[in-house]
Amino acid sequence: MSASERAPAFNGYAVWAIYKFEVARALRTVWQSLATPVITTSLYFVVFGAAIGSRIHTVDGVSYGAFIVPGLIMLSLFTESIFNASFGIHFPKFTGTIYELLSAPVSAMETVLAYVGAAATKSVVLGTVILATASLFVPLEIRHPFAMLAFLVMTAATFSLFGFIIGIWAENFEQIQIIPMLIVTPLTFLGGAFYSITMLPPAWRTITLFNPVVYLISGFRWSFYGKADVDVGISLAATLGFFGVCLLIVGWIFKTGYRLKT
Amino acid sequence: MSVLHEVTDTTGLRLDLSSRPPAGYLTAQTSIRAPIPHMAEQPIVSISNLTKTYASGHQALKNINLAIRKGEIFALLGPNGAGKTTLINIVCGIVTATSGTILADGHDISRQYRDARMKIGLVPQELHTDMFETVGATTNLSRGLFGRPPNAAYVEKILRDLSLWDKRKDKINTLSGGMKRRVMIAKALSHEPRILFLDEPTAGVDVELRRDMWNLVRSLRASGVTIILTTHYIDEAEEMADRIGVINHGELILVEEKAALMKKLGQKRMTLQLQQPLQAVPAGLVEWNLALKADGCELEYTFDANAEHGAIAALLRRLDETGVGYKDLNTSQSSLEDIFVGLVSERSIDKQIGGRQAGNKQEAKA
Repeated sequence: MSASERAPAFNGYAVWAIYKFEVARALRTVWQSLATPVITTSLYFVVFGAAIGSRIHTVDGVSYGAFIVPGLIMLSLFTESIFNASFGIHFPKFTGTIYELLSAPVSAMETVLAYVGAAATKSVVLGTVILATASLFVPLEIRHPFAMLAFLVMTAATFSLFGFIIGIWAENFEQIQIIPMLIVTPLTFLGGAFYSITMLPPAWRTITLFNPVVYLISGFRWSFYGKADVDVGISLAATLGFFGVCLLIVGWIFKTGYRLKT
Repeated sequence: MSVLHEVTDTTGLRLDLSSRPPAGYLTAQTSIRAPIPHMAEQPIVSISNLTKTYASGHQALKNINLAIRKGEIFALLGPNGAGKTTLINIVCGIVTATSGTILADGHDISRQYRDARMKIGLVPQELHTDMFETVGATTNLSRGLFGRPPNAAYVEKILRDLSLWDKRKDKINTLSGGMKRRVMIAKALSHEPRILFLDEPTAGVDVELRRDMWNLVRSLRASGVTIILTTHYIDEAEEMADRIGVINHGELILVEEKAALMKKLGQKRMTLQLQQPLQAVPAGLVEWNLALKADGCELEYTFDANAEHGAIAALLRRLDETGVGYKDLNTSQSSLEDIFVGLVSERSIDKQIGGRQAGNKQEAKA
């Protein structure tokens, strides 16, 4: 390299190298990565679809088995996105290989793009696999396929970003598990993954509206059946809003070097 | 030269009065350095007024000023916790400096970090590896991270040079410690850096790998790469380095050409094995400051490596005159290790400076 050679303004090689590296890691463990969610989804169908579905035949004119599909996909999307992204960035911190990323000519934006992009890619593939699994159990209709895809990608990206933050914040692997288990999963179960919030008593319905996950699941379900608990515009705004908040936090992390640099 | 010596003398004295002998010492050393051709060139790494204070209040680096010349091997010596790794980590972007400026190949490391970092390779002290990845994959990742397009031929060359080619498909956690160290080096070299930092490169490495590594460092230097290494093995610095910096308690207490350092600070020692043991050093030999060793069987004479050799001849003549017989004699020169140990213990620094000033005065008189 001659002295006059300057680095490019965007380090695309780095983004691509990290992305490939992360996706390759997922491919190595592809069976574990996919088998778990597929089995879990099937179990949900057996438990909710068969046991409860025999009592609740339809919700808003949609068969119960089909009704829970968007919620199930969202549940896996949330937890897997968080897990993939938090693990992806936490592991180098744990092994110490993060030194290389910190010393590389890579901007915060490029780092996030690569790690979050790779985690989101895995989640989108996973969501698609769950959708395919579900179609084996119940007849599915997707009224707004593009909106469905958009919600899928946006949710995967947002929760991967959220996971990235957790991965940097966490000081050990236990902490990585805490937020998905203590916050995200309960919020999803209470956020209308398995029921319509219109089925709740009015007081609970009001309380439920403070749960951000309600808007994400509702919007996603709308793209399937054209019916939603809340207006789809609000769902879209909630998804984008959460994405924006995560982006701001990531920006702050890199600006201050929080838990990355001393 | 005599003018320069006088300058040294006064500078040394003046700074001595400011009760900061190490800094004064550094200045004195710098001022007597003869102009070296590549000094005219812009330094490849230039560190000015660098300080680092950790959140705990620990001041790891105190006002470091250092210019690394293009193409040299610079060894940074210092005891554990002296600030060597902090200094390297700041230049590489892993630790944020509290204040100061650093230019790498003319690029400010914080404002033009992309240009600066593309030129820098780092082999950290700890073996941080992606344990479940293959050697090849991790090396290719490193190259990409530093903004280089994939280049299978170049990566192959590096892996071959480091005897890693056969292991390229092996997972890193299956490799030995020495092999992992090689992987770290392969990663650091994968993006063709012009400046290479080796933080304790041979810690815990066997003799063979250590030799290999020295050869590699030499061949890198031959290809124009500037190398900055920290080490605990002083013989390593002695064998490899062009210049040596000594850091202690966060202060750079000395920067000097290795050869000049060894010449200036090196002590010579002559040991005489006596035919008859002595009870005390004979009165006639007092001026040589001899020490009686080995139950009076040996006389030891320690002298400055720069001293006129006439002193030995005079001593031997006087021994004959006083009738002290000796059956053997040997001389040895202090190694860099002795010099280093002397430097980092502060009492000895004062002594060295005192000795040097005395020496300078003598020369000035002459």
